[in-house]
Amino acid sequence: MAHDSHEYIPEIAVDRNGNEHVVQGWQGDNYGGKLGFWLFMLTEVMMFGAMFMVLTYYFTLHHADFIKASSELDRTLGGINTVVLLISALTMGLGLLKMRSGDVKGAKLMIWATMLLAVIFLGVKALEWTNDYKEGIFLGLQGLQSGNEFSKPFGEILFFGMYFTMTGLHGFHIIIGIGLMLWLLKRINSGKVTPEHNILHFNIALYWDLVHLIWVFVFPYFYMTGAGAIHG
Amino acid sequence: MSKSYFDETHCAFGHPKSTFMQWMLTVDHKRIGIMYAVVMFTFFFVAVAAALTMRFELFAPGQQFIDAHTFNQAFTLHGVIMVFLFIIPGIPAVFGNIVMPLMIGAKDVSFPRLNWFTFWLYIIGCIVALSSLFNFNIADGKLVFNFADTGWTFYAPYSLNTDTNVVTALVAAFILGMASILTGLNFLVTIHRLRAPGMDFFKMPLFVWGIYATAWIQLLATPVVGITLILALLEKYFGIGIFDPSKGGDPVLFQHLFWIYSHPAVYLMILPAFGIMSEIIPAFSRREIFGYHTIALSSASIAGVGYLVWGHHLFTSGMSDTAKTIFSFLTFFVAIPTGVKFYDWVATMYKGKIVLATPMLWALGTMITFAIGGLSGVTIAMIGADIHLQDTYYTIAHFHYAMLGGVVFLFFAGIHYWFPLVFGKMYNETRAKLAFYILFIGFNLLWFPMFIAGYYGMPRRYFDYLPEFQIYHQISFWGAIIFVSGLIFMFYTLIQGIRKGKPCGVNPWNATTLEWHLPSSPPPLENHTKVPYVDFRPYEYYHGQPVVKFDENMKRID
Repeated sequence: MAHDSHEYIPEIAVDRNGNEHVVQGWQGDNYGGKLGFWLFMLTEVMMFGAMFMVLTYYFTLHHADFIKASSELDRTLGGINTVVLLISALTMGLGLLKMRSGDVKGAKLMIWATMLLAVIFLGVKALEWTNDYKEGIFLGLQGLQSGNEFSKPFGEILFFGMYFTMTGLHGFHIIIGIGLMLWLLKRINSGKVTPEHNILHFNIALYWDLVHLIWVFVFPYFYMTGAGAIHG
Repeated sequence: MSKSYFDETHCAFGHPKSTFMQWMLTVDHKRIGIMYAVVMFTFFFVAVAAALTMRFELFAPGQQFIDAHTFNQAFTLHGVIMVFLFIIPGIPAVFGNIVMPLMIGAKDVSFPRLNWFTFWLYIIGCIVALSSLFNFNIADGKLVFNFADTGWTFYAPYSLNTDTNVVTALVAAFILGMASILTGLNFLVTIHRLRAPGMDFFKMPLFVWGIYATAWIQLLATPVVGITLILALLEKYFGIGIFDPSKGGDPVLFQHLFWIYSHPAVYLMILPAFGIMSEIIPAFSRREIFGYHTIALSSASIAGVGYLVWGHHLFTSGMSDTAKTIFSFLTFFVAIPTGVKFYDWVATMYKGKIVLATPMLWALGTMITFAIGGLSGVTIAMIGADIHLQDTYYTIAHFHYAMLGGVVFLFFAGIHYWFPLVFGKMYNETRAKLAFYILFIGFNLLWFPMFIAGYYGMPRRYFDYLPEFQIYHQISFWGAIIFVSGLIFMFYTLIQGIRKGKPCGVNPWNATTLEWHLPSSPPPLENHTKVPYVDFRPYEYYHGQPVVKFDENMKRID
């Protein structure tokens, strides 16, 4: 793309006393790029926030059912995933630090490591969902429909409904994140993202932090509320 | 002129030769704004046609032209198009794009490629929304449509159980919501980053303030309805149980989540419209706006308080009395900043040199219609009155006085105001004024009887009615005929203006804000020749003449 090599020279505005003021253009506006992405993160927070609100509301309505349903989730696999995601946030952050300090090769390595951890996360998640499915707990199965012999109580239907919705949506964000990281590697390889111009890297690291932050709330809310229950 | 950065990159990608492809791929904010306007007004007329069909049907009690089921689909179609395709993108997508960057002296929005992407996301949303319109079959020699019949609100549990095509409407609303979020995000960053040097927040034109407040609502409220629609979809197809009482869910929760967005959405519609009013009133009173700071801050406070009033849609849905009282109080509270704006506009006109050009006529007309719309809103904010008037034609009349008589009328005002800026030509003012009077009379004839019918108990969304309501429906019908004739005449006048209008120079209205100081009209690709240094307030007049003047290099020469 030819225009990226075309250097942008900011304009100068002159006031009535002859003082010169640099005009901020949309080109090369790193601060604007960061601001825009922070605002986008805010929309994600609102979206997941609404779902947490729904969850809280039903937790107050169906307290015992929620705790029982939560105790049936696999805390080991969930816990492993939490650790995996935390480490991936670390590798992502280290990658950005390396990029800033000029170590492009190290940064790429860290991005690959993050992607590997993301794939592991998805693999564990798939295993967990498969186990749930075998136990008759999955969207659309009879246990989560009302009015038949396998029907679970209302609270458990709601709990698992929200569980699959929210972890599913979170998993979708992980997949998007892997795509973004592949794109980032492509941009680094073609020299569009450099230690001086790392806004894309910064924003994707920010995105990954949010994805991991959401999990930090999802994990205790779904897995830990029933941790001490009798059925656990 | 040497080739600039922008000349080479004004397409999202590639360097197409054909003019058509250059428009399709353009990242130029002005072209994108014009494309939005064309698409939006096309759909506007589809929705008007749906509304007119309903008016024909309601001319007499009993069945006339369409059956009850088609009637339900007609009001759903009308609502979905008007709300999601027309009025929510509305003024921000058109004038926010075309005018806002010009007003702050920017070359474009902050993310021009994102702006292009957003436009096409909007188009995809439109296609998905209307795709089910073409999913019809012919049974017993009659057309049977498969469009959603839930109303634009998609209330659970009916929307979860109906066999019609709710899924496309829900998905479309989600995609259009994303487009709306990205537009708001783009504008927020633009307003924060790209203001001309010297222009602080309190030197921005008030339309920019309106867009700014709106952008925050788009950003913060839209994700909530987005996820609600996704949850409703998952509910419909996987039965996750959230809104379905037969699985322990709570349908009232759907209403809460829906209105958490959809009530702020009406402020999202009206705030930029108020911004247009705040541009037109000083320009045609030839007087600096009265109470600039109060208007600017009232936009911000309407956006803030408007976020907390959604519960007044649920007074009859089952909510605790404490919650009702709080929501009722907060709803009254929104009327205060709105009232402040009204008094400021009236005070601006006091002792001004009022020029009754077409945009000013529209603005003044809106003062009447929106005052009725706004104040009738306060009456139904009262819990007791609302129990009586909820879901009646009274509420419908209030809504249309506020939205059609407020937002759309000011949209028309903006079209007449910025028409010479966008096209460099002037429409026939005599005809445009005539169109205003026709529309104004038709509008009041169409909607005012509904206040009375609703007060006597005519419910909304009904296919049939008792004979005693016939007179109101028939007055409304004739009002609708006049209104639609006026619409056709107005657009005819405007289109004739584009084709045959006289060139009018860069500043035909003697207005003061930066968008009227461009080197040519229509504006060139990179807007102002040079970015000015802004050390003046937006509406400075002295003895009816603009104070601030620029030379061709945007240096002040007054």
